[in-house]
Amino acid sequence: MRKGYFGNFGGQFVPELLMPPLIELEAAYAEIGQSPQFRQELADLLHNYAGRETPLTFCPNLSAKLGFDLWLKREDLLHTGAHKMNNTLGQALLARKMGKSALVAETGAGQHGVATAAAAARLGLECTIFMGATDVQRQAPNVARMQVLGAKVEAVESGTRTLKDAINAALRHWISSQETTHYCFGTAAGPHPFPTLVRDFQTVIGKETIQQVQAQTGWPPYLVVACVGGGSNAIGMFQPFAVNPELAQVQLVGVEAAGSGRPGCYHSASLSLGRPGVLHGQYSMLLQDENGQIEPSHSIAAGLDYPGVGAEHAYFREIGRVQYEVINDRQALNAFHALSAGEGIIPALESAHALAWVLENRGRIPQGKTVVVNLSGRGDKDMDIISEINNRQVN
Amino acid sequence: MSRLQTKIEQAEQAGRLALIPFLTAGYPSLDGFWKALRELDESGADIIEIGVPFSDPVADGPVVEAASLQALENGVSLSWILQELAARKGHFQAELVLMGYYNPFLQYGLSRFAEAAAAAGVAGVIVPDLPLNEAAPLRRALALTGLDLIALVGPNTPPERMQEYAEQAAGYVYVVSVMGITGVRQGLPPAVKATLERARKAFPALPIVLGFGVKEPGQLKEVAEQLDGVVFGSALLKHLQAGGSAEEFMRQWVQA
Repeated sequence: MRKGYFGNFGGQFVPELLMPPLIELEAAYAEIGQSPQFRQELADLLHNYAGRETPLTFCPNLSAKLGFDLWLKREDLLHTGAHKMNNTLGQALLARKMGKSALVAETGAGQHGVATAAAAARLGLECTIFMGATDVQRQAPNVARMQVLGAKVEAVESGTRTLKDAINAALRHWISSQETTHYCFGTAAGPHPFPTLVRDFQTVIGKETIQQVQAQTGWPPYLVVACVGGGSNAIGMFQPFAVNPELAQVQLVGVEAAGSGRPGCYHSASLSLGRPGVLHGQYSMLLQDENGQIEPSHSIAAGLDYPGVGAEHAYFREIGRVQYEVINDRQALNAFHALSAGEGIIPALESAHALAWVLENRGRIPQGKTVVVNLSGRGDKDMDIISEINNRQVN
Repeated sequence: MSRLQTKIEQAEQAGRLALIPFLTAGYPSLDGFWKALRELDESGADIIEIGVPFSDPVADGPVVEAASLQALENGVSLSWILQELAARKGHFQAELVLMGYYNPFLQYGLSRFAEAAAAAGVAGVIVPDLPLNEAAPLRRALALTGLDLIALVGPNTPPERMQEYAEQAAGYVYVVSVMGITGVRQGLPPAVKATLERARKAFPALPIVLGFGVKEPGQLKEVAEQLDGVVFGSALLKHLQAGGSAEEFMRQWVQA
């Protein structure tokens, strides 16, 4: 494969002014990032600071109803409440060793912003987070968390005032601040080397899962499911399965957000319903109109609300190794409640999409099989949305 | 020789910098754009860069971005631009260059675009999110119809990388003055002189033009000797936004 590409997807479609920092990052990752000392320091941070490894939890109540064994990989128990910390600790540590004094990052729902702000605080780096003005309003608690952690939060007023515009603003900031600043990209997308870098830091999820399933259940699993927005939790879960020829029979399903599910509605299903194109530095699947303009995306789960997707997912889809499906807002809400009331675990609405696909397709899964859902985050952040929906139904 | 290069050399022979205004297609309105384009052409522009609007312009500052979004609201698309230019082919003394982000060109189809652009009288293309490593497919398509893909380099482009660009470059070299996005700045940073020196060495055979942050002729005093042309975008758009005419704007440059 061409460097920086996954099949036909990937690349480095950025202004020339961003090429030097990308080349610098690639070299630093190859040299520093692969060193035993870096690996050891990162493992220590992940274990003693962020709380790895995360458990693989059996769901006895739902399993009894479903007739197969449902297991959850508990990234919701990671420090700051989602898988995002795996990546931000890796990138922040790398940035510090590169001699950078600051991090800049984009955030949509705020989870990556919080995880970046926490990693920056822990490692003594300054931190600026760009967030769409619409998201600043709808995710106020995460804005407050970032600020308490010492980050400067910049509301982005341009474009659709959401995640994609925050990425544009963060890229612009990085052009002028590259000497002192590392761009801590939040998902396994964007220009090379980010898709590889972020994926490598997230594969701790899949590697742990493989060991835990082997130790705790009937090995190998029949099915592994994760939600896909930009796709970092899913690629972290899937890639260790996908590259192991002995696990070729394990079904991998990535679940995208279908929005309200009504015909013609905005959604975030770039793999299922998009076309290939270039946005934010990569050639991948994309929601766009016939003229190549980027279309607005939507999901009840702000973390899935992105019109693009990581290039490696586009590749896995093309070669047929991962199957990509969609789940709408209502189905995700049903799963949210089923897991909360059924097992005492409140999932993030993003992760609820993955669970929802399993619940909706229970008839297709043979009895007695092992199914693993990546519970990428916890749902505390979504309680305002849930209350609002409940109030609407009452009135 | 490339039409763009010839045009810049004609300005040089007349003892002045080539003037290269940038204007977003369909801004401030569809009619207003054609009027401004004609005025720029009649008021001394040597080359006009026509901005192809994109929803997510990562290298642009707030003024160009706002113009881009306004143009999209006005219904502008690449096919509209090509069609309307084809209808006006031969009306302009200035050479025309299209400047825009990669995805709209890619979706139009690179070969189809190269043919339509040539048929519309366009002489070159600038794609700010298409660095050297990714440019080969578009460059090949454009070369077949005689169009130049113009290189963009900046203060942080190392000499070796400029050399790599030089092996492929045609038309002119666009030197970005600052480590930032497009937009008006007060002065030019002192590093510009060094950047221009490196560019001259790497591209001995091509005209060098400076852009990003250029507002008025006075800014260029210190570097005019090192330049063959100058691009101004945000300052012109702001002037139009405030109700000014393209002709008025050009006057200060022609007199300089």
